[in-house]
Amino acid sequence: MKQSITLGRVSKFMGLGFLSTLKDLFTGNLEREDFISFLRKVIVPLASILLFIGMWHLGAKALYQREANFKVEKALTDQGPAAADEMKACIASGDVSCQPNTLPAPSQVWDSYKSLLKDHNAISADKAAFKEKTEVLNTERIASGLDPITYTGRPSFIDQIIMSLKTVFAGFLLALIIAVPLGILIGLSPTLRSAFNWFIQIFKPVSPVVWYLLVFMIVKTILIDSTDDSSFIISFISVGLCSMWATLVNTAMGVSSVDKDYINVAKVLKLGPIQKVFKVILPSSLPLIFTGLKITLSVAWMVLIAIELLAQSPGLGLFVWEEFQNGANDSNSKIIVAMFVIGIIGFLLDRIMLTIQNAVSFNKNEGI
Amino acid sequence: MAYLELNNICKTYGHADDAPEVLSNINLSIEEGEFVAIVGFTGSGKTTLVNLINGLITATSGEVLFKGQQVSGTSHERGVIFQNYSLLPWLTVAQNIYMAVKVVFPKKSKSELHALVADYIEMVNLTPAMNKRPNELSGGMRQRVAVARALAMKPEMIIMDEPLGALDALTRGNLQDEILNIWGKEKRTALLITNDVDEGIYMADRIIPLRPGPNATLGPEFKINIDRPRDKTALNDDPNFKSTRNAIIEYLMDIGNQRKSDVQKEYVLPDLQPKSFVGHF
Repeated sequence: MKQSITLGRVSKFMGLGFLSTLKDLFTGNLEREDFISFLRKVIVPLASILLFIGMWHLGAKALYQREANFKVEKALTDQGPAAADEMKACIASGDVSCQPNTLPAPSQVWDSYKSLLKDHNAISADKAAFKEKTEVLNTERIASGLDPITYTGRPSFIDQIIMSLKTVFAGFLLALIIAVPLGILIGLSPTLRSAFNWFIQIFKPVSPVVWYLLVFMIVKTILIDSTDDSSFIISFISVGLCSMWATLVNTAMGVSSVDKDYINVAKVLKLGPIQKVFKVILPSSLPLIFTGLKITLSVAWMVLIAIELLAQSPGLGLFVWEEFQNGANDSNSKIIVAMFVIGIIGFLLDRIMLTIQNAVSFNKNEGI
Repeated sequence: MAYLELNNICKTYGHADDAPEVLSNINLSIEEGEFVAIVGFTGSGKTTLVNLINGLITATSGEVLFKGQQVSGTSHERGVIFQNYSLLPWLTVAQNIYMAVKVVFPKKSKSELHALVADYIEMVNLTPAMNKRPNELSGGMRQRVAVARALAMKPEMIIMDEPLGALDALTRGNLQDEILNIWGKEKRTALLITNDVDEGIYMADRIIPLRPGPNATLGPEFKINIDRPRDKTALNDDPNFKSTRNAIIEYLMDIGNQRKSDVQKEYVLPDLQPKSFVGHF
């Protein structure tokens, strides 16, 4: 019997059970027990979010006040009472030149978010206009064998998010391509396992920064005669190498610890070695492989920011670094926006992997 | 020459000189078409014996002959029903069986194989559950899948390692009948390992008790001279059944008591008296 796909099943499967409760609330078939679970699943998280924002607001206000008082005090001791009054008036007027530079309040972060979106729209419009303007010229250039003129303006925040996602997926794929086959081989052969063990143990704990430097040394030399920007290549390889270990270890463990009963089945059926791997060993280790891949993806997203920052690859990491260096009035709040975006995307990636993992996993004792 | 022959089988685990012998001096011969049951206590080496016969492990000394040939490794001619059903949990009922028949009959076409799978699923009455995964089935249903899988491979001999041990009494009774039915229809040689004397008497032609290990060895055989098909309810009043049952149980109890008395040692306790603590407080 095929199970029908309902909102309840899908949302429960993805760990978003409150969605179905919300549906029940609106359709009116909510029982008392459900109401309590609704309170717990929806109202409590919402309340805690509000509480968080409130505390953040108060904290930001206190920090702002401290910084403002310090500025006034400093003007008083350095330049006298007149300068102190001037500074006070300047801060109160909201003038950009004398604003205290500290943790931004939630409202400022929200404003920055809107201004980043506006900025994105402006850049997109600019890009579209540029494309239109150069269209005729570019077809001529391509026809005569020249490279087309491309847009070289700065990327918008959304472009940077997309760049980061591209980097992380490329790195994730690299990790998958290296770690899964290697893990299977290591899991199958005790000889290979002892050959690779030192390698895994030593390189697993190496920090992302060091991986970046190593990749940089190698890729720089390999691409020595290329004039293209190699920052993307360097960053995705570093991300892949940093994050592949969880998959490698989990795959090897899954493959080497297949239940003895399944191996006996393979023996009694007299499966050949290749069939044994593909029909028994791999399916039974899939849940562990996917657990590894889930960890790999979240590690990849986490190290990405640091690596982009170092590699100057135009993603979120570079955005954060540039805003920090920039020191503009709204830089701090833009950094906080980036922080939330990074967190939310990381959460979504984790959920996607969890969904896939649930789909392939089975209870270990189901067949016994 | 017997169909299956075990000559002076000894099996020890490990390499040390003083490693305990799990099985020692096992001699057994089974004729073609016979249904033999081996009855023994848990932990007496029954599973080791089964694994020796189906070729999952090799004996330390002695030989296992199947149709006159030395057994080395598993073979499709000897089907096994494991104690724990050993179904692959990521495959459905039909897929579990299909995988087995595909390996055994590589020359048959896909549709022939599917028909074969459907036949055997029908035979164990699981057609409605055909596309379910093992986790959606009850223990009895899972064991029926395991039975269907073993039989669909059309083995010449079927080896059952406590196949019904984990089931409740009612399901167990039904499955016993189903297995007997199939055995009666296709007249294959069968070896049943069990810890249930009644089950052995109900199903087998011959019962051989396994004296418990270490150094497990086979006891004297008991022939069951009850006409088939046997009726479970009438069996209880059959004098033949009663006497055989009593004889086997007496034998097993005797070994059990013997084993107990073998390990009974006298422990000399030191003659100590508790100190009086009163004075210390």
